[in-house]
Amino acid sequence: MAITKVVMPKLSEAMESGKIIKWIKKEGERVQSGDILAEVETDKADVEMEAFGGGVLRKILVSAGDKAAVGSLIAVIADESEDINSVVGQAGGGAPAQTAAAPSAAKPAVADRPAAAPPQPKSEDHAARTPAPSRGPEAPTSPRVAEVVAQQPAATMAPARPSADGGRVKASPLARKIAAQSGVDLKLIQGSGPGGRIVRRDVEAAQSAPAAAATGPALRPAAQPTVTGPEFEDVPLTAMRSAIAKRMPLSKAPVPHFYVTSEVAMDRAWVLREELNALDGQPKVSVNDLIIRACALTLLQHPGVNASFQGDSIRVFHRVHMGIAVALEEGLITPVLRDAHAKSLAQIAVEARDLAERARQRKLRAQELSGATFSISNLGMFDVRDFSAIINPPEGAILAVGAVRRVPVVTEDGLGVGRRMAMTISCDHRVMDGAMGARYLQDVKKLLEEPLRLLV
Amino acid sequence: MASQKFDVVVVGTGPGGYVSAIRAAQLGLTVATVEDDRPGGVCLNWGCIPTKALLRNAEVVHLFEKAETFGITVQGMQADYAAAVQRSRGVADRMAKGVEFLFRKNKITLFPGTGLLKAKNVVEVKGKDGTATTLEAGRAVILATGSEPKSLPGVAIDEKLVISSNGAVRNEAKPKSIIVIGAGAVGVEFADVYRSYGVEVTLLEALPRIVPIEDEEVSAQLTRSLSRRGITIKTGVKVSAVKPGGAGVVVDTDGGRFEAEQVLMAVGRGARTKGVGLEALGVAMERGFVKVSPTMETSVKGIYAIGDMAGAPLLAHKAMAEGVVAAEAIAGKHPRPVDYGNVPSCTYCRPQVASIGLTEAKAKDGGREVAIGKFPFTANGKAVALGETEGFVKVVADKKTGEILGVHIIGPEATEMIHEFAVGRTLEATVDEIMHTIHAHPTLSEAALEATLAALGQAIHI
Repeated sequence: MAITKVVMPKLSEAMESGKIIKWIKKEGERVQSGDILAEVETDKADVEMEAFGGGVLRKILVSAGDKAAVGSLIAVIADESEDINSVVGQAGGGAPAQTAAAPSAAKPAVADRPAAAPPQPKSEDHAARTPAPSRGPEAPTSPRVAEVVAQQPAATMAPARPSADGGRVKASPLARKIAAQSGVDLKLIQGSGPGGRIVRRDVEAAQSAPAAAATGPALRPAAQPTVTGPEFEDVPLTAMRSAIAKRMPLSKAPVPHFYVTSEVAMDRAWVLREELNALDGQPKVSVNDLIIRACALTLLQHPGVNASFQGDSIRVFHRVHMGIAVALEEGLITPVLRDAHAKSLAQIAVEARDLAERARQRKLRAQELSGATFSISNLGMFDVRDFSAIINPPEGAILAVGAVRRVPVVTEDGLGVGRRMAMTISCDHRVMDGAMGARYLQDVKKLLEEPLRLLV
Repeated sequence: MASQKFDVVVVGTGPGGYVSAIRAAQLGLTVATVEDDRPGGVCLNWGCIPTKALLRNAEVVHLFEKAETFGITVQGMQADYAAAVQRSRGVADRMAKGVEFLFRKNKITLFPGTGLLKAKNVVEVKGKDGTATTLEAGRAVILATGSEPKSLPGVAIDEKLVISSNGAVRNEAKPKSIIVIGAGAVGVEFADVYRSYGVEVTLLEALPRIVPIEDEEVSAQLTRSLSRRGITIKTGVKVSAVKPGGAGVVVDTDGGRFEAEQVLMAVGRGARTKGVGLEALGVAMERGFVKVSPTMETSVKGIYAIGDMAGAPLLAHKAMAEGVVAAEAIAGKHPRPVDYGNVPSCTYCRPQVASIGLTEAKAKDGGREVAIGKFPFTANGKAVALGETEGFVKVVADKKTGEILGVHIIGPEATEMIHEFAVGRTLEATVDEIMHTIHAHPTLSEAALEATLAALGQAIHI
């Protein structure tokens, strides 16, 4: 390997010399291209100086606290076996190098020489930054430097390394590959192999599963916004975020969405729900349960909405498997309530609650994450008035539901107060048209406004 | 009439039956077995094991014949075929005794005689001496009656002119010439044995190639290897008549007439389901085999069927796997069903043939984009040192995922080498995991590594 001469970089147009604040690397230490060697003070700022070559930091020629002219040799990086005598011998021109104190460079200089060694770096454990394509060792005029104050080492920038593929997930190599290729999050799948190992069939079953509408809460907050802190940070994608990121464009781009919004008078549904929940021994029913039931029943009458685009045909489903978007800390997941059209309100209430709870505990089975024919995403609990959701292919539509709000309404007697809820259906235009979506929505609205029908 | 009660009654003690009996006993069940021949079934007595002994003889003959190439001169070498058969009988006897020992060790009671289902939980055993014993199964009956050689329509197997593998494995006299009808594993293996002992062998196959279930390239290589050894191979020929005449037997086909001293009928095996009592109990059948669930239970609750009688592939190791599943299901465990897509197939001729998974053609038929890697034994150091360089390893992988879809090996110790890939497939390893597995040098198994690398376009030694 070659000898890399480390010279004082020209860090600004006006710079003529720079002062070594401290050496981060010691003599005898192994360095890689891109490692921070030292902190240098210039007229403008304190900057970090990177290594442009790999090897052992054989010799430091300018001690901490000393100045050196731009372009002058301040250190030598080379392999342990390399003879650096001639290179070191050239030094001295322009730099107040303390070569006198340096030992004969014939043998490799090692760190047992405190005279020449820099002050020990403290606890700063600088980040291993990804080096840009290596420039020649002699390109000192435009070094890659990060404008970070010397005392604020770059450690905060080091992203916590995401454990590869979710760390302790037990999965076969093939399952991992298929999951990676199809954007399935292994953490969300329960394995059916020996000892719960995720095998190919589990991933394949989950492939047509998760994700629907809006994004979850923001990820980690950025590091404290001090002026001197880094300008940004790259937060590694969690496996779930990565899955959502991969899947959503697969929906939004190729699926021509159109949206139809309608407002539902929820007064009677509200009263009905309160009456139901006052009954002893009955499961608690949520507004969403009423909506699931209404949507499922109406889908039977509008099979064209319970349909999926298949390239050269449209698959019309005779059963309703309802995807229910559940928000999680790090994203969302859409468990599937099977045969929702054939289930009573009480049954839906019990099963939907169970699915949501297990979704939050990550205890869903693979088959509970796939096969939805229609989905509902409800952001009512966030006091959202209305929003539109992204279809989860191969489904043909998704209903986005807002909060039930008390609003002024015009009644026959004048102005009154009513409970209203907005719902927006996103439809795949390849499967259906606007009027079809509107008619469906109209019938869902009708059911919710005459909610006794949901009980029969 | 004596009547005895056991948790499980196993009818048939071939590899399926005896393994299920032992597994059931291990799980704490009391077990009776019924056998009308010798313990161990066809496999140990008349099939797998004795033929492997004969094939070992064939291999020793082969080594003597090529001793010259190692600078070893052998004079007056004589290969006694009768001695080979006697040796194979000795091997079979020893293995059969092994089964009896295992029965004793596991406190399994053996009832010699023919078993007949009288009710879904009652088996009547008719001994050769005319005695009858009634066995009552408290939990389940496992049927494992196996299979028997099939013949062509209108051709009777007399075990004199027209013999089956049953006769071939017993006959101490070898014919001067033989026509083997059927070039599956059985036909090819006997063709190898006979040819090694100097018999004129003609191998007839109705399908377009020999070992037709194997990958096409394997068939082509084996055809070359066997032809070079002087075996006459005719494929794509339909036999229309087999009758006495000429040197012994005359075989008429749409590809001409063939004559030889004997005919070996190796056209396949059929399930032994007659006389077991299945019909009376209404046990459902499917294409000549007993229909079973993934836990090997028949349509009648409490009656299980395993092995050859329960469907293809008719292989001892598949029967053993089914035996374990049945026993565990009966004991109330939840066994993993047999993975029929991952059963190795082995033919012990020279060069050996072994495969697992899909052939290249089948993989492509399935619409997969495949990556093929092939590595010849001529480029494998160990094979060259052994002087056995015929053949290759071929890996069929899914181009996108690296899944090992199929592996086809023809060459020395192919039947031992295949298990690297069997384990790999069970664990759902991909080509990457095989690639990152260090294979000892020099070994034949390096060819497996190299074929895998070849599928990735990274083979080193070729």
